[in-house]
Amino acid sequence: MLLGRIQVPPSVQRGEVFEVRVIVQHPMETGFRRDYDGKLIPLHIVDRLACRYGAREVFRVELGSGIAANPYFVFPVVATDSGEMVVEWSDDRGEKGRVSAMVNVA
Amino acid sequence: MKRRAFLRISTISLAASAIGARAQEVQDITPLVQAITGGAKAEEGGIEIGLPPIAENGHSVPLTVKAASPMTESDHVREIHVIAERNPRPAVATFHLGPWSGRAQVSTRMRLAGTQKVTVVAVLSGDRFRIARKEVVVESAACLDEGSL
Amino acid sequence: MKCDFARQTAALLLASLCICLHALAADPARPVPAKNGSEFESADVRALQSDDFANPMALWVERGKAFWSRTFDGRSCAGCHGDAARSMKGVAARYPRYDASAGEVIDLSRRIDGCVVGGLGAQKLDAESDDLLGLEAYIALQSRGMPMNVSVDGPAHATWEKGRGLYFTRVGQLNLACTNCHDASWGKRLLAETISQGQPTGWPAYRLEWQRPGSLQRRLRACFNGVRAAMPPYGSPDLVALELYLAWRAQGLPMEAPGVRR
Repeated sequence: MLLGRIQVPPSVQRGEVFEVRVIVQHPMETGFRRDYDGKLIPLHIVDRLACRYGAREVFRVELGSGIAANPYFVFPVVATDSGEMVVEWSDDRGEKGRVSAMVNVA
Repeated sequence: MKRRAFLRISTISLAASAIGARAQEVQDITPLVQAITGGAKAEEGGIEIGLPPIAENGHSVPLTVKAASPMTESDHVREIHVIAERNPRPAVATFHLGPWSGRAQVSTRMRLAGTQKVTVVAVLSGDRFRIARKEVVVESAACLDEGSL
Repeated sequence: MKCDFARQTAALLLASLCICLHALAADPARPVPAKNGSEFESADVRALQSDDFANPMALWVERGKAFWSRTFDGRSCAGCHGDAARSMKGVAARYPRYDASAGEVIDLSRRIDGCVVGGLGAQKLDAESDDLLGLEAYIALQSRGMPMNVSVDGPAHATWEKGRGLYFTRVGQLNLACTNCHDASWGKRLLAETISQGQPTGWPAYRLEWQRPGSLQRRLRACFNGVRAAMPPYGSPDLVALELYLAWRAQGLPMEAPGVRR
């Protein structure tokens, strides 16, 4: 399992646009770097990350080596019902990660 | 369909030039933009690209994209594409939003392989497109640091 | 009469206090004013460091926190040390220090490894490994804002002297000593960067150049590399001596680890 963190506001008003912040631990190896012996370090990237709020996918990103190591995203979401916000991601080696937070809608 | 496969297409088509050393040259990104718009014309502006004018380090540059949009069912931004013309893989990321987003805005940290223009293409509902660019000066480290690990 | 005497005494006391403080601050080996490394970083890097969510080190702090409660045959860090926020408060600010059981001055990462092997009976953690850096970051966080405060008395003194010697010795093809940049030239520009005072208070830190966190020892190795000198190996007495000297030189400076650096 890959490590990640998610942050949502402690509580939001219905209809309010709030921000979700996500950070994932991943080297996002470009495939162009060389190790101390001169050997190329192979490409290794998170290529997909998506966020589900209740039943709906509210955010998705296809990414590549142009995103910095330990990918970080901030995206807005309209508050509807209280529920779980689940972020899942996968990398080019099939490794997956998942992190979630409860959204409390007043 | 064409647009969703954007990132994969661009990765494959540019793989040839990306193999081996990092691309130092500015590439013509017109084919990438065309793959997004399907050949249609993209309207200039309506997108605010938040990037520092000078990035001290190309490894991690904070990026915020804001597109002016009411984000309603009938009028919203569906996709935001980020392209870096001097990166060995110019297609950086594709973000998917919708009316449920409330705002057409995303933030992330990107890599910039040298001073270059960053291009953002927004895909709107109703098959409309917008495009904007921002130049970023990227500085290099003063001391070489390879091999410290 | 009584009022004048009281006023004179107060004035004398104030004057001598000022003189004392001035003498303390004016140690020629310490830069004045002392400034943390973050003060020489760009606004973006400073913002990243002070954002407890966006700071990539937070991922390693989480890792360290998870390790803290992990059990090894029923034993865990928490089992002996309880809540780190309480038991580790101020600890990182006192390292490197002379350790009686080791018989020499050791830094925090060596102390952690000693506990992992001796206290938990677990495998030694490799230098720069995610777990060791995670623990170091988690423990260092508990000293954030507290003044650096190491002891260089008694058995630590010889190591401090060795560190001081190294600090002032020119090395490498560029023939530079630490002092040439970090005392004589701090605040000046080197290409696109501003030279820092070389303070250790922000470490372990996430270095953008490495795209991962690293220890102060890694950063010092990179410095040797930068002046084209041979890098001392991890854990070498030279590196520990330098760490101790730098910590002494940073006396009173508020800890800001886990940091972010370019």
